Amino acid sequence: MSLEPPLCPAAIRLTGIDKRFGAVHANRAIDLTVQSGSIHGLLGENGAGKSTLMKILFGMIHADAGMIEIDGAPVTFRSSAEALGAGIGMVQQHFSLIGAFSVTENLIMGRATGSLAMRMVRRLDLPRAARRAQELSDCFGFGIDPFARVSTLSVGARQKVEILKALWGGARTLVLDEPTAALSPPEAEELYALLDRLRAEGTTIVLISHKMPEIMRLCDRVTVLRDGAVVGEAELSGKDLARPAVRQLIEAHLVQMMIGRGNPELPQRAPKEGPLILDVRGLTDGVQFGPLDLKVHGSEIVAVVGVEGNGQSELVDLLMGLRKATDGLIAIDGHNVIDWSTQRRLDAGIAHIAEDRHATGVADGMSLIDNASIGFVDGKPFSTGPWFLSLRQRRLLTETLIERHQVRPPAADIPMASLSGGNQQKLVVGRELARAPRLLIAAQPTRGLDVGSTSAVHRALLDLRAGGSAILLPSLDLAEVFAIADRLVVLRKGQIVGRMTAAQFEIDQIGRWMSGSQGDPAPGPPCPDAPKQMDTAL
Amino acid sequence: MSSKRPALPRRGTARLDPIIAEALDARNTTPLTLGAFAALTRDRARTLGARALVFVLTLGASMLCALPFLLLSGADLGVTARAFFIGSLGSQFALAETLVQMIPLLIAGLAVAFSFHGGLFNIGVEGQLIFGGLVAGVIGAKLDVSPALLTFLCLSGGIAGGAFAALIPALLKAYRGVHEVVTTIMINFVAVYVALYAVSPKGPFVSASQPSATDKIPRDARLSVIWEGTRLHSGLIVAVAAMIGVWWLLYRTPLGFRIRLMGANPGAALASGVSVARMTNSTLLISGGLGGLAGAVQVLGVYGRFFDAFSAGYGYDAIAVALLAALSPIAMIVSAFFFAMLDSGAVQMQAVAGISREMVGVVSGLVVAFVAIQPAIVHLSGRIQRGNRPPEADPSSTQSLPLASGENR
Repeated sequence: MSLEPPLCPAAIRLTGIDKRFGAVHANRAIDLTVQSGSIHGLLGENGAGKSTLMKILFGMIHADAGMIEIDGAPVTFRSSAEALGAGIGMVQQHFSLIGAFSVTENLIMGRATGSLAMRMVRRLDLPRAARRAQELSDCFGFGIDPFARVSTLSVGARQKVEILKALWGGARTLVLDEPTAALSPPEAEELYALLDRLRAEGTTIVLISHKMPEIMRLCDRVTVLRDGAVVGEAELSGKDLARPAVRQLIEAHLVQMMIGRGNPELPQRAPKEGPLILDVRGLTDGVQFGPLDLKVHGSEIVAVVGVEGNGQSELVDLLMGLRKATDGLIAIDGHNVIDWSTQRRLDAGIAHIAEDRHATGVADGMSLIDNASIGFVDGKPFSTGPWFLSLRQRRLLTETLIERHQVRPPAADIPMASLSGGNQQKLVVGRELARAPRLLIAAQPTRGLDVGSTSAVHRALLDLRAGGSAILLPSLDLAEVFAIADRLVVLRKGQIVGRMTAAQFEIDQIGRWMSGSQGDPAPGPPCPDAPKQMDTAL
Repeated sequence: MSSKRPALPRRGTARLDPIIAEALDARNTTPLTLGAFAALTRDRARTLGARALVFVLTLGASMLCALPFLLLSGADLGVTARAFFIGSLGSQFALAETLVQMIPLLIAGLAVAFSFHGGLFNIGVEGQLIFGGLVAGVIGAKLDVSPALLTFLCLSGGIAGGAFAALIPALLKAYRGVHEVVTTIMINFVAVYVALYAVSPKGPFVSASQPSATDKIPRDARLSVIWEGTRLHSGLIVAVAAMIGVWWLLYRTPLGFRIRLMGANPGAALASGVSVARMTNSTLLISGGLGGLAGAVQVLGVYGRFFDAFSAGYGYDAIAVALLAALSPIAMIVSAFFFAMLDSGAVQMQAVAGISREMVGVVSGLVVAFVAIQPAIVHLSGRIQRGNRPPEADPSSTQSLPLASGENR
């Protein structure tokens, strides 16, 4: 890998790319050079500007300033179709396949040539397309059946179909946006092998990721973005990554650049031992979750980490009473709430910042007033019985929340949908904090937020912690966990496989727990009995 | 541990951070400034203006699209329009007749709109209306109590009858997830044939003197005429009271808030502790009760007895009424009045201009179609408005127009 001919023009060269969205400076004069036939990592936190940069490259967004060169020739893409024509393929984070269609049908979707009239009447040559799909699949070892219905494929196979779809148009450069976010470790490993083969065949790959192991495993070179600017680059090919010392040094360096601070360096977070607030024992839904034990004390932020889909949402739903537990107990302040309705649990002092804001957090079509008063419609001052609900009091509540959490624009009557995601989230966070919760379940509270909104949410959570409440923080963002959590537990397949206090936070160990890879049974207590001793030790 | 377990707060009262409560009190005591009041009024006027514009546009587009049908049926436009206005507004009698037509349309429209607010589509208002009318007619014919009490019993019986017709769809939806559109349509057929049987020659409630009808309700127990010399009855007052009641229920009670929240996002409703099953029941039963009330008012106010074909499809026209009013209870009086004008004007149009009565059905169908495509129109006009301005410049441009939010669920 190390013998890159320096004379060969770079596959992609971005110079001085700059982009603003209103007040947010998403990309600040970014320079990026990707060598032909290499895998180039793009590392950064959520909101660091990785996706924006790649969307600019792919012609989906137009840069305010800067230049794009492909194979040494300057280009301007007005649409993603032009980028495709220039040999750039992009695989988005979210699948764009149609489940009811076969693989071949998905591949040829939207790729017809000729005039609109011709496209309407010309025969669809599916067998030929299927033959081509088979050839392409065999050539790179995809192992995909062109006739398989996409809905019958595993997530890993679907990701491969997405890549195949990008290659279909003759892409020589692939941009992959967090391709393993939804994959299990073996599926991810298969994908890595595939990407290795693609590189060997001469395809250039840009890999957007914030997973360190993935970057270390695949990339020849990595560029680190933070707050929209390039903060560093590192050459990985030619380094002796097999040696743990070297590997750890590089990783620590990259993480430091990515999150802009030393690993778990934490300001003013003196551990305070509060009373036990949440006590979960043997909790299970009888299907794929648990049994699980968990304790959260007052003045404590306990993060729940793990690969997405390993039981985080089940845990939240069980705690909120949105999913039925078959066994176990949940105690809030010593009251067993396992048989309680969601309403009673809220009354008992649980508050919940929903993971998927649009699905369960807000009603986009309703006004800010209505959204702010979700859960605030019973009792004084909002209502004086079943026959009166005060609009004035709800308006005052909304205005108070808007003011305290700097929601923009500061208007109470507009629909929720007209707010940006960050401002919607600020209102939701404010609403949940206004319940004076004993336990706040903050599920991925900063997902998709810009830097400013993220730190506002984090400040709010730390304030709540200082007030003595317990906070459970299911998060996929390890940087966030390191920044504000006192403790973390690692979930895998619905069970807690590892626990750490802030002082012990170590990204490698967490990664091993999360992936369950390489066994490594010694350091972590993967059985559900052991944690009890650990908890008392904390 | 159990010794120091904190007491739980009183149930039925939302927890509120004392700091927020204090801030609320502080705001409570600051009087509304003139500037803030002016801003509020301006916002409201703007919203109202936008709604009125959508109303007029929808109506205008529907009428325009009905034109070809009118012309095809060989009508003289001038004569037709004159006949329409004379037939619906031209005289005291015509105006009163329009208002009489408006009463069932308004109440049934409220029934449809109410279910839409809860994210449910009660298409069975027709059946509920027939059930309500039947129950009211039977009570009125059989019970022997004082007239005022009898009126009250007939109206409550009508509400109960309508709610009963909605009960099975409600339970099936709430606990088994069966789609309410299917079940409420089915109940329409059940209602029609139960009513046919009830007053058939061998039916239990048929009048001895009049086939296909119940006995007459005593004159004193009927809804009295409030405009001398016309048929306009006090059902108008009932309808307006129902309109205000529905508005209050939806926007000024905790129950209404929960129903609207469920309609806007069932997931958010569940997560905030709302029992979606219970709210589904409440929504469909209240909606059905309103439908039943429409039938009872019609029986008590217009015919004085129940007969098997007493509804002219009010339950179906009510869907167009509700959609044209963008589901707003208050705006419903305008759209109900418009459809009533069509109904009463149609008689004159048929007599003078030779236009078939079915033209009313064409217009109401077109209204439903145009309301259904409103989101597309709003989207399109937004794009045209933005033109060459950058897209991120104006996040509030799509705010004020009410969409036919119920249509897509």
